[in-house]
Amino acid sequence: MGQIQLNQVTKSFGDVQVIPPLDLTIEDGEFCVFVGPSGCGKSTLLRLIAGLEDVSSGHIAINGKDATMTPPAKRGLAMVFQSYALYPHMTVRKNIAFPMKMAGMSEDEQKRRIDAAATALNLTDYLDRKPGQLSGGQRQRVAIGRSIVREPDAFLFDEPLSNLDAALRVGMRLEISELHERLQTTMIYVTHDQVEAMTMADKIVVLRSGYIEQVGSPLDLYHAPRNKFVAGFIGSPKMNLIEGPEAAKHEAHTIGIRPEHIDVSKTEGTWKGVVGVAEHLGSDTFIHVHDTGLADMITVRIIGDIEAKHGDTVYLTPQLDQMHRFDDKGLRIA
Amino acid sequence: MATQHSRSAARLMMAPAVFLLLVWMLVPLSLTLIFSFKKFLPLRGDQIESGWDWVTFFPSLDWVGFANYGRFVSSSAFWPAVSTTLILVGGVLIVTVVFGILLAILLNQPMWGQGFVRILVIAPFFVMPTVSALVWKNMFMDPNNGLFSHLWRFFGAEPISFLSEAAMPSIILIVSWQWLPFATLILLTAIQSLDGEQLEAAEMDGAPVLKRFWYIILPHLGRAITIVILIQTIFLLAIFAEIFVTTGGAFGTRTLSYLIFQRVLESQNVGLGSAGGVYAIILANIVAIFLMRIVGKNLDA
Ligand SMILES: Nc1ncnc2c1ncn2[C@@H]1O[C@H](COP(=O)(O)OP(=O)(O)OP(=O)(O)O)[C@@H](O)[C@H]1O
Ligand SMILES: [Mg+2]
Repeated sequence: MGQIQLNQVTKSFGDVQVIPPLDLTIEDGEFCVFVGPSGCGKSTLLRLIAGLEDVSSGHIAINGKDATMTPPAKRGLAMVFQSYALYPHMTVRKNIAFPMKMAGMSEDEQKRRIDAAATALNLTDYLDRKPGQLSGGQRQRVAIGRSIVREPDAFLFDEPLSNLDAALRVGMRLEISELHERLQTTMIYVTHDQVEAMTMADKIVVLRSGYIEQVGSPLDLYHAPRNKFVAGFIGSPKMNLIEGPEAAKHEAHTIGIRPEHIDVSKTEGTWKGVVGVAEHLGSDTFIHVHDTGLADMITVRIIGDIEAKHGDTVYLTPQLDQMHRFDDKGLRIA
Repeated sequence: MATQHSRSAARLMMAPAVFLLLVWMLVPLSLTLIFSFKKFLPLRGDQIESGWDWVTFFPSLDWVGFANYGRFVSSSAFWPAVSTTLILVGGVLIVTVVFGILLAILLNQPMWGQGFVRILVIAPFFVMPTVSALVWKNMFMDPNNGLFSHLWRFFGAEPISFLSEAAMPSIILIVSWQWLPFATLILLTAIQSLDGEQLEAAEMDGAPVLKRFWYIILPHLGRAITIVILIQTIFLLAIFAEIFVTTGGAFGTRTLSYLIFQRVLESQNVGLGSAGGVYAIILANIVAIFLMRIVGKNLDA
């Protein structure tokens, strides 16, 4: 069980309202990701759910019961912090045992759960070390271990991977996804990395300055962004947004076309431009095209490799059925 | 961490300071050692006929072997002085560390007028020991007009003469008052360096306030507490002014340093006093080693 419901929740620090009235339901067993630019209130929202901050108004219900005034320890949630927040003077074993010790669990049961968690997280060899003697990825696993032994109703993660290097991040991303598959426990995961959001989430919540811009599955957000902000935020490289006469041709204020939905030719096409930088990744090539008269730069993604170098003239043809249209308020035109 | 070259350069540049320090410490130390083996009673005029000693730049005096050491220990005042010293140091350490931690936690809370309160707490450290002891003696602990006597009378109790009837606790109180700011300040900076997320994690892990203090804050303060204890011990072993102006060593407040003072100045026996000084050095080392054993493991964590 781990259903979480926010009802007209707001949060202000002094005069500044960081979270305007907000409604959100996270279903039991769901992997829900909060994404948004820095400072949009993701951490604040997570801390409100955890109970580490008091709501200014509104209600939070966990498993259908009002938990607005419940202290953090009683909410049945576990949190993994960005800095890991391990207890530096305790060994890994003691760190993992701490929540069970606080709950007054028997020594045998503690030991059984520590061993289970250590095996699952590959920590068996490190149980007697202090956190200071571990690598970033190992510390992260200890922090996760400390949260799973309590068997909480839901896990809260605040940018847990942002201190890791790129390779480790991909590995830990998979481990967390696998953990979710295995435990089937609700997870709320904060990140500003849209790749993490797309790959891990059942449901993505896109936030901008405290407002929910859109809630939906990763593919919903990819195929049908509700507005220009979501369109630009989800997807990598970013969607090309084009205004002016070209957009008017399609009866829109702005048209959006993703880099992977543009065909490139050296001889003919709808738009003509000059290659600026071409990024060859091997599997894909990103070409940044200038001087099209449409926007500063149009990014195109081509599967595989292509002969394209600085200064070449290319022709671009958008796939019309993949084009997104937005009105003058930035909202999607169906 | 450094190359051969930079190490020798560092040694060269440190040499003058090391030399100065050695001279600074070695000269008084060796003079004390030399005098402790001599018969030196300046008021008896025994140096006048004995000529000049070019090693110590003092009158040549008779070597008496370990006679001074024997006399100092066999004096009936010696062991009581040692235990008084230890009680004073221990008492002040306990009071300053316990209240230092409480005050540091209090001062770390966001509150109105925080900066001003912090300055108030530090203030006693700037008062000279002699002055503060006199203020305590005359303003608070005076049996007739002291504030404590008024307080006692207000509650209908018979005021006591603190500095004679409860001399040790009174002196511990005075010295603690002076050293509390030091302990508080060091512990406050240590508390401020505690990662708030650790406390939040402990809160989510189900630890109530007191357990958070015991399992998170106190271990975090371990190193700072060690430093407070070691530094204070060094200074507290030499406490003098507070005893001089309050009890003058009476009522069981004669510490080792006070005993040495009495031997050297009141009985004008420099040799005997020097022997006491050497004992004081030995005692300080025993205490330091003992403390290092108990708390020192925090230092290399
Ligand atoms: N304790 C606080 N007092 C005042 N303002 C705060 C406090 N905590 C957060 N804020 C403000 O609330 C806003 C949202 O902060 P929050 O930490 O939730 O952002 P975030 O989305 O997590 O950003 P990031 O991706 O950088 O972590 C920010 O503008 C921040 O300045
Ligand atoms: Mg954040």
